[in-house]
Amino acid sequence: MAKKEVSAAKASAAIKKSQSGSSTLGSSTSGVSRFQKVQKSINELSSAVNTTYKDYVETLTPRLKLIDLFLVFLVLLGILQFIYVILVGNFPFNAFLGGFISCVGQFVLTVSLRLQIKVGSKPIEQVEESLKSNVEDEKVETDDSEDNDIDEELVIKTTNVEQEDTKIFKVISPERSFGDFIFASLILHFIVIHFIN
Amino acid sequence: MGTEKTQLKVLGVRIETIRLLLRVIIFISIAGAAISSRLFSVIRFESIIHEFDPWFNFRATKYLVSHSYYEFLNWFDDRTWYPLGRVTGGTLYPGLMVTSGIIWHVLREWLSLPIDIRNICVLLAPAFSGLTVISTYFLTKEMKDSNAGLLAAIFMGIAPGYISRSVAGSYDNEAIAITLLMATFYFWIKAMKIGSVFYGTLTALFYFYMVSAWGGYVFITNLIPLHVFVLLLMGRYTHRLYTAYSTWYALGTLASMQIPFVGFNPITSNDHMAALGVFGLLQLVAFGDYVKSRVPSVQFKTFLAVSLTFVILLGIAGLFGLTALGWIAPWTGRFYSLWDTGYAKIHIPIIASVSEHQPTAWPAFFFDTGMLIWLFPAGVYFCFQELRDEHVFIIIYSVLCSYFAGVMVRLMLTLTPVVCVAAAMALSNLFDVYLNIVDVFTTSSNEIQEDKSTTKKSTKKSGVLEEKNVILPLITKLVVTLTFAFYLFYFILHCTWVTSNAYSSPSVVLSSRNPDGSPTIIDDYREAYYWLRMNTPEDAKVLAWWDYGYQIGGMADRTTLVDNNTWNNTHIATVGKSMSSSEDVAYEIYKQHDVDYVLVIFGGLLGYSGDDINKFLWMIRISEGIWPDEIKERNYFTDRGEYKVDKEASQTMKDSVMYKLSYYRFSELFGGRDGPDRVRNQDIPAADPPELHVLEEAFTSENFIVRVYKVKDLDNVGRNLFDATKFDNQLSKPLKRARTIKRPVLPIRE
Repeated sequence: MAKKEVSAAKASAAIKKSQSGSSTLGSSTSGVSRFQKVQKSINELSSAVNTTYKDYVETLTPRLKLIDLFLVFLVLLGILQFIYVILVGNFPFNAFLGGFISCVGQFVLTVSLRLQIKVGSKPIEQVEESLKSNVEDEKVETDDSEDNDIDEELVIKTTNVEQEDTKIFKVISPERSFGDFIFASLILHFIVIHFIN
Repeated sequence: MGTEKTQLKVLGVRIETIRLLLRVIIFISIAGAAISSRLFSVIRFESIIHEFDPWFNFRATKYLVSHSYYEFLNWFDDRTWYPLGRVTGGTLYPGLMVTSGIIWHVLREWLSLPIDIRNICVLLAPAFSGLTVISTYFLTKEMKDSNAGLLAAIFMGIAPGYISRSVAGSYDNEAIAITLLMATFYFWIKAMKIGSVFYGTLTALFYFYMVSAWGGYVFITNLIPLHVFVLLLMGRYTHRLYTAYSTWYALGTLASMQIPFVGFNPITSNDHMAALGVFGLLQLVAFGDYVKSRVPSVQFKTFLAVSLTFVILLGIAGLFGLTALGWIAPWTGRFYSLWDTGYAKIHIPIIASVSEHQPTAWPAFFFDTGMLIWLFPAGVYFCFQELRDEHVFIIIYSVLCSYFAGVMVRLMLTLTPVVCVAAAMALSNLFDVYLNIVDVFTTSSNEIQEDKSTTKKSTKKSGVLEEKNVILPLITKLVVTLTFAFYLFYFILHCTWVTSNAYSSPSVVLSSRNPDGSPTIIDDYREAYYWLRMNTPEDAKVLAWWDYGYQIGGMADRTTLVDNNTWNNTHIATVGKSMSSSEDVAYEIYKQHDVDYVLVIFGGLLGYSGDDINKFLWMIRISEGIWPDEIKERNYFTDRGEYKVDKEASQTMKDSVMYKLSYYRFSELFGGRDGPDRVRNQDIPAADPPELHVLEEAFTSENFIVRVYKVKDLDNVGRNLFDATKFDNQLSKPLKRARTIKRPVLPIRE
């Protein structure tokens, strides 16, 4: 659920951006064609997002789901801390930094783990995106009735990429990547605890 | 590398085993060569700490081993920067001291070897050079193969550019920093190549060690992001890159903030923003890559365009906004002086005054790296030919460092490793072709294909046996190989010569030759510092130019006003003002700062050019920066604009305390004739000797190099000190004879 909202929010943000960006330009010159163009790009955008999301849901395995839930949790935790700092102030700056960076660090490590152990699916990083742009309050309806028939070319492309991906980390077995992950996380949290005092 | 001849016959064992054995032996000999060539200074002189900064590091290390670690971190040093003091624990890079402290404890408590901490400090740099050799080997091995690695290792071991900062006794941050630099780079390349979180973590750990050891860590902080950025621009994003960089950045940044001196810099100063920016960019690229693999390309283009503009606008606005708000510190002066070589001279004379910060003269490149400097471009060219991800790293590194080394002499040190690596790659490529005689004997290749780098001997043997068309290429190969063997041989000679002659002087103890040619040692510094230690009260404050602050603190154990830390420009300018103005102005400063002794370095008698009169112009410039209407540089030159100390010297010059202290009673040495100043080749007039009113001579070392003066106290009867001195002088003239007679009648102890 959360994922869907996030992606929708992302789409809406992008749409808004493109609208505002091009409306200033388009007002002077041929406004109609501009508008069509914008309309088209909006359609493309939302269909892109939808395709991505559909594909993501299709390739989800329980293990990846666990990881993704953890990622979402980390992002939420990070955002929570950020909001706290904005509202209350950053007095123990060490503590805030420690907490925030531990979220970011753990997030990054987990994404790396996910990249390394995934069998067929691809990582989801929209959450990351939303962390960066920090938009999630606007609720715009998602027009998901688009013409997003995935053509064959795309399928081929995906499989190609998958094959490549299995090659990318050929030295690293899933077990080893998990070991690495634990090692790095231990060090991360050791430093964090030391930093917080 | 002469150990390789015997094993050709030992083919009963597997070749890999022999190779491994050989490699280990070669390593041990390279490390031996690297360490022993750094011991010249100990053999020539003694086991002593060199130069200036090492004296502070040595003092801090002594503090660390005699106190606890926490006391060390909280150390407030009230014996420097009098009356301000220095928060030493929070303003130093503790890596070096902690390293030698740990070694000391391990040797003492686990191995029961109670070694003097001084010896550990002296020998730390050579020991770490051995480790540098190993990490250079691994780094180059990642670039090409282990043959190139061995070559790079031997180059790194003996290249004078690196030796200059790591001879025994130069106990400076750079001594261990270069090792860590190479290790960090090696682990980074490794992590990037296989996309391992494990190696990324190791990179971060070594990066942390580097941060704790040297301010130059900023170089890594910017080089690695730049590498990633260039790879992104080349369209070489892979998930491996993401894994390696994100792991390094997240862990490394957090870890680097543990060092008190670095503090929150990694997230607040502009020097570090590039790394953060690339981190963010990489997240976006990773996401974009994911979307790209799922979506038709047309849709992706719009997506890309929209998000890119958005992100770039946001990033730039954020950077400028935060800098304007003061949340992010702007770039530091040292950083600007890297880009604009004139910047420091105008704005921060104190940075420009350090000789290490001067632009490099071009012969220095040949002097410091020998023949490697012309192999270096060839190596970079080979990098371009292959252009794998790790070669991009070497290319960026070499381009950046060539520029930096041209701007500052000091950064020659960071250039040397990449020169060694690139030169080794070039040379090893050459040897691959010219030492490979397998393709000449395509028929009988089995016997000789074993070890490529050792075939010199067999080339001679079998070349005679073959027919003519084989001989011709053989001769070519032989000629080229021998030429390069010759070059290598002379390179080794050059390195040894440079090391023993240029870089092995402790500069605390000078060596010279007597007129008859026998070597002699000039030990004025230690003589004077020891005098201070034994003859002055323990809380005496010594005013000297900042160069000598660390030495006075370390050797004489007296409180200083300024030292090489140079954290307070105004305080240094005050000292500069007291040196460059007349006696009454100086006396006021002395009294305000509780100064008891003034120390100057004077080399005119001996011809020692690094003395205070030569540094005097910088003192004037620095104090002119703070008091432009009291000190004017122009007044110290003659009418024709020359910097003179003889009878043509300007009146301001002659009135300045520095001039008086340097030449006080100088011409008396020459029996009333004009005294020749052998540094500046000018004659000091005997007719008008400088007179001192507020200071009196306390000590002058054997060769006049160090002169110590005592500041007179206020007069007992409230007279002006000038009048008092005049009165004393008049008084002492008739009394002189009486005194000389009196002197022998000392009370004899019963």
